[in-house]
Amino acid sequence: MYVAVKGGEAAIEAAHNLLAHERRGDPALPEITAAQIREQLSLAVNRVMCEGSLYDPDLAALAIKQARGDLIEAIFLARAYRTTLPRFGYAEPADTGAMHIRRRISATYKDLPGGQVLGPTFDYTHRLLDPALAEAGSAPTPERAAAAESEASPHVTALLNHEGLIESNRPHDPAAPVCDVTRGALAFPAGRDLRLQALARGDEGFLLALGYSTQRGYGRTHPFAGEIRMGEVEISFVPEELGFEVPLGEVRLTECEMVNQFAGSADAPPQFTRGYGLVFGHSERKAMSMALVDRALRTAEFGEEVVAPAQDAEFVLSHADNVQATGFVEHLKLPHYVDFQAELALLRQLRAEWEADRAAPPARHAEAAE
Amino acid sequence: MSQSAIQPAFADASRGAQAVFRSVMDAMSRPGRITPLDAGFAPPAPLNAAAAAILIALADFETPLWLDGPLARHGEVAEFLRFHTGAKLAPTPDAAAFAVIADPASAPTLGAFAQGTPDYPDRSTTVILQVERLTPDGWQIAGPGINGHAHFGATPLPGDLTHQFKNNRARFPLGVDLIFAGPSEIAALPRSTRILEAR
Amino acid sequence: MTATPIYNFAYLDEQTKRMIRRAILKAIAIPGYQVPFASREMPMPYGWGTGGVQVTASVLGPDDVLKVIDQGADDTTNAVSIRKFFEKTAGVATTTRTREATVIQTRHRIPEEPLGESQILVYQVPIPEPLRFLEPRETETRQMHALEDYGLMHVKLYEDIARHGHIATTYAYPIKVEGRYVMDPSPIPKFDNPKMDMSPALQLFGAGREQRIYALPPYTQVISLDFEDHPFERTKFDKPCGLCGATGVYLDEVVTDDRGGRLFVCSDTDYCEERRGGQA
Repeated sequence: MYVAVKGGEAAIEAAHNLLAHERRGDPALPEITAAQIREQLSLAVNRVMCEGSLYDPDLAALAIKQARGDLIEAIFLARAYRTTLPRFGYAEPADTGAMHIRRRISATYKDLPGGQVLGPTFDYTHRLLDPALAEAGSAPTPERAAAAESEASPHVTALLNHEGLIESNRPHDPAAPVCDVTRGALAFPAGRDLRLQALARGDEGFLLALGYSTQRGYGRTHPFAGEIRMGEVEISFVPEELGFEVPLGEVRLTECEMVNQFAGSADAPPQFTRGYGLVFGHSERKAMSMALVDRALRTAEFGEEVVAPAQDAEFVLSHADNVQATGFVEHLKLPHYVDFQAELALLRQLRAEWEADRAAPPARHAEAAE
Repeated sequence: MSQSAIQPAFADASRGAQAVFRSVMDAMSRPGRITPLDAGFAPPAPLNAAAAAILIALADFETPLWLDGPLARHGEVAEFLRFHTGAKLAPTPDAAAFAVIADPASAPTLGAFAQGTPDYPDRSTTVILQVERLTPDGWQIAGPGINGHAHFGATPLPGDLTHQFKNNRARFPLGVDLIFAGPSEIAALPRSTRILEAR
Repeated sequence: MTATPIYNFAYLDEQTKRMIRRAILKAIAIPGYQVPFASREMPMPYGWGTGGVQVTASVLGPDDVLKVIDQGADDTTNAVSIRKFFEKTAGVATTTRTREATVIQTRHRIPEEPLGESQILVYQVPIPEPLRFLEPRETETRQMHALEDYGLMHVKLYEDIARHGHIATTYAYPIKVEGRYVMDPSPIPKFDNPKMDMSPALQLFGAGREQRIYALPPYTQVISLDFEDHPFERTKFDKPCGLCGATGVYLDEVVTDDRGGRLFVCSDTDYCEERRGGQA
């Protein structure tokens, strides 16, 4: 005898307990702390801060622990917390030119003011698993390259701009409203400010694939990595009641400026154009992908034809958010038996009709086709 | 800031706003139905309590307000609303998300307010008309929210409001939505309502 | 650095509620039109009913009695989870009885018992745009709604007829509201569509991921799209409910064994239990 399934509440509770148990793993091993994650899995923490749009290494580390290392789940936790925070206003534009540089490279000039600073990079490591890391040990003490930090490091694109060889960025209008995808529904056509914000929050893997596709010819932009810089930038805020800037603290940012070819048009001379990427924390892959996709999304602006997925703002922006994407993909796990029943009934009917049709004399076909 | 501007509005901000919103939602979903709305506080005159409660419940820094002449002339009213909602004042009726009319005789026409656009008809002004009395007789009205037809009237109103509202309906889905704010009750005529018969 | 996270009462902050409430009022004033709103991340995933939850959270007051159903049932895991969320964050009274509820949040069904004027039905919506699968671009579909250009939808339905002999849409069956907007009723079975027409209850629709809110005010004309020679037909079941014997209700098919055994039972669990004298 069928009895309607009951006890959903008890089942959910039991599942949550099991989840907590699995999260802990083998109790014979010490429990990992959020502080350890913050310090030793810092690139994962950076990604959660970036795509979670919440600059807080401690909370990001906590989210990673709670999510058992599932970074999209951790990003979701950060976002769901962020959305409940009161909004005081918008910070002043960050001046990345005044960044305290930890890493700064240009692929377009061999040497330049401020120099090339390799910084902490995987770039020239040999990807050989290091058995020494399997055991706890001491890490080497870094040498300080004090010179690089003190010398002014102008943006590479600014050097090109002196010659008028690259398009100028539009001057900043302090009176213009700040577009914010977290405070308004995404609407199209989307301005570049909104696009950049959505890309900065967008899924690293999705942007990586799209950026890659532009390199392989799906909306080619002929990019050069003009500059990638990473370091600390001071953020300040002007409270309405004070009327002057108050520093809030420093955030670590990675910025990428791509320099892209442009043949020119009737209105514009041949010149380089820009693709821009800026992300919280240290993530060159994300910043570079973002810059490639930003330039691709500017296709229409340069009077070029939109032919590839990466150039299609509605396609890119509607699908870049991994919290939205994972929700909708995974919601297929929820019961759908009402709709499935409706489809089942239709399919049975169509099958019955199809079989009756085949059995019937051919004249009926002519009639049905009318 | 003057004394009256910093008087408290709702005793409990969250519950007060919720209760006022439900009254407005009821009124908007059942056009012409007179719905009680108890603000529980007295705003500076000539702003009436129901209109003030609606604005405090629904307006904020994202919704510019437009006040008609008599309201704008009383600096305390703007001060009160700015303090409690954080909303900016709209320079013109068509820049407003909410508008309040205290003097029907000198009110702009409904067409002067934001009408929305064909793509986004929701980008329109909600017009709050302060009235002395709401009555279950007057216009015969029909449309979504009304089972068959209903009757509704209010005083005082702009002389040609019947004509103006018919024009407003003709612009559907564009147009403004009207909330009539009596001393302790409200009623609404959204743009979807048809006036079948004037009184 | 930040200490332990603290969440607001009823999860949503007042500013968010105001923004959602304004969208609800516009939705009521323009029946069937999808009002964009700045949907927030909720503590449950997109696709799990975040739109419905935001609408419910913005509407609920201390005197409300909330019922939550998924697939017609109060005890499906997601319904249980959302009900608990509101019990915990808003301290609101809950019920499984349709009749006792003032606010009902639903996924995929409309209760069998007719709703009354004092009730609000809140639908969870995955894809609010009825034209989306015919035209993926928002810029295009918005234009179609603005121009009342629904030719594409009629072509699609007519292609169904040409191919299958009838319209092959069984759920999320498009409706026309008061002769103006074509609207997606959310993925309810088309069996439920007639219940929307001239309902005394207010019906609100929330799509969180897609950032849209729309509404059917009470007593609003709702017509399921069809053709004169191919009128809309409600799904019929040839058996009564195997538990309570009800006819004219939507039934779930339950597989009882691996030899083709099937049992058809009410999808609306409250309705079924009431008919069986309240013994679950």
